[in-house]
Amino acid sequence: MDEEAPNRAWHEIVRDVLKRHKVSLVTYVPDNVLRPLIEAVHADPFFTAFSCAREEEAVGIVSGAWMGGTRGIVLMQTSGFATLPNAIASLAVPFQIPVLMMVSERGTLGEFNIGQSLVARTMRPVLDALAVEHHTMTRLDEVEFIIDRSITQAVATQAPCVFILSPLLTGGKVFAK
Amino acid sequence: MTFTTNHPVSRDQAKVMNRFDITKRMVARLKHDEAVIGGIGYTNFDLWAAGRRPQNFYMLGSMGLAAPIALGVALAQPQRKVIALEGDGSILMQLGSLATIAGRQQKNLAVVIMDNGTYQITGGQATATEQGADIVAIARGAGISQSAWAADEAAFEELIDVTLREDGPWLIGCRIDKEKPADTTERDPPRIRDQFMRGLGVK
Repeated sequence: MDEEAPNRAWHEIVRDVLKRHKVSLVTYVPDNVLRPLIEAVHADPFFTAFSCAREEEAVGIVSGAWMGGTRGIVLMQTSGFATLPNAIASLAVPFQIPVLMMVSERGTLGEFNIGQSLVARTMRPVLDALAVEHHTMTRLDEVEFIIDRSITQAVATQAPCVFILSPLLTGGKVFAK
Repeated sequence: MTFTTNHPVSRDQAKVMNRFDITKRMVARLKHDEAVIGGIGYTNFDLWAAGRRPQNFYMLGSMGLAAPIALGVALAQPQRKVIALEGDGSILMQLGSLATIAGRQQKNLAVVIMDNGTYQITGGQATATEQGADIVAIARGAGISQSAWAADEAAFEELIDVTLREDGPWLIGCRIDKEKPADTTERDPPRIRDQFMRGLGVK
């Protein structure tokens, strides 16, 4: 870890840890906060990155890739996560597939869209109900440790894991008007 | 485009075949450890009944995700042909995945749709295909230009052979009857996944 350049942005840290763990497939439904990470993985030939029509589809692709020997991660925002309980409960968890997921957290700390603020409240209860490991990253200095250790654990225990990007880390989406 | 010549232009003109029969015909043509992803319900029950290949994956839930899972396998193992077997009700849940597959132009991927116009396992309620939705036309519209209805059993076998031989992505529409499946898949997800990964040489 020491050889990495200092003062990296959160998305640069994420990109570097994913590479180190050979997580080369990135499927996503876009989000504004995730944009620098999406651009970073598209810019790096190590990654195969593309958008999907729905988050469930992205989870299916990463699940199939894992069974074929390639590690992947799904990027989405909070409202997209709300479409996933069935895919997590009937595919990732029972088949013991370490689907990695990264959620840009909306709905809190300055949300301006009531729909986002309501759906965001379903995320952690769903993850807890399914006993899916999840970590909320709020500070730059914890990003590397959380993702590095959690990928190792997800693979070793054959279990999905969710990384939640707090607005405290990313700045979130700012009220435009 | 040779793939779509001599095949019916619409669902109405395709012969109604039997799911177990054509599943057996398809499996009999798989000589190179091709991967097959069976979507939920009777589609994967008949895949199970057609013989226990280690390269078969049987979904138990996650309705609609057979084609995305197959795309993931195909991305991870570009030298292996991968087939998604999916029902009409299931693919109607994830029509967007056809556009994703088209966008990737995944050469080693084929999607086979078993279309009987009903949600058969839940009591035979009509799906949208029974009311005029044409999955092959939808797939073409999504960008999978090599999409065709199988006119009959012989045409189905010919289409499977082409998909195994040439670059995809492909979509084959099959009209099927409402016969019950020949068996029921064993519901043991970790075992299914483990055997599939061993069948793909990953473990």
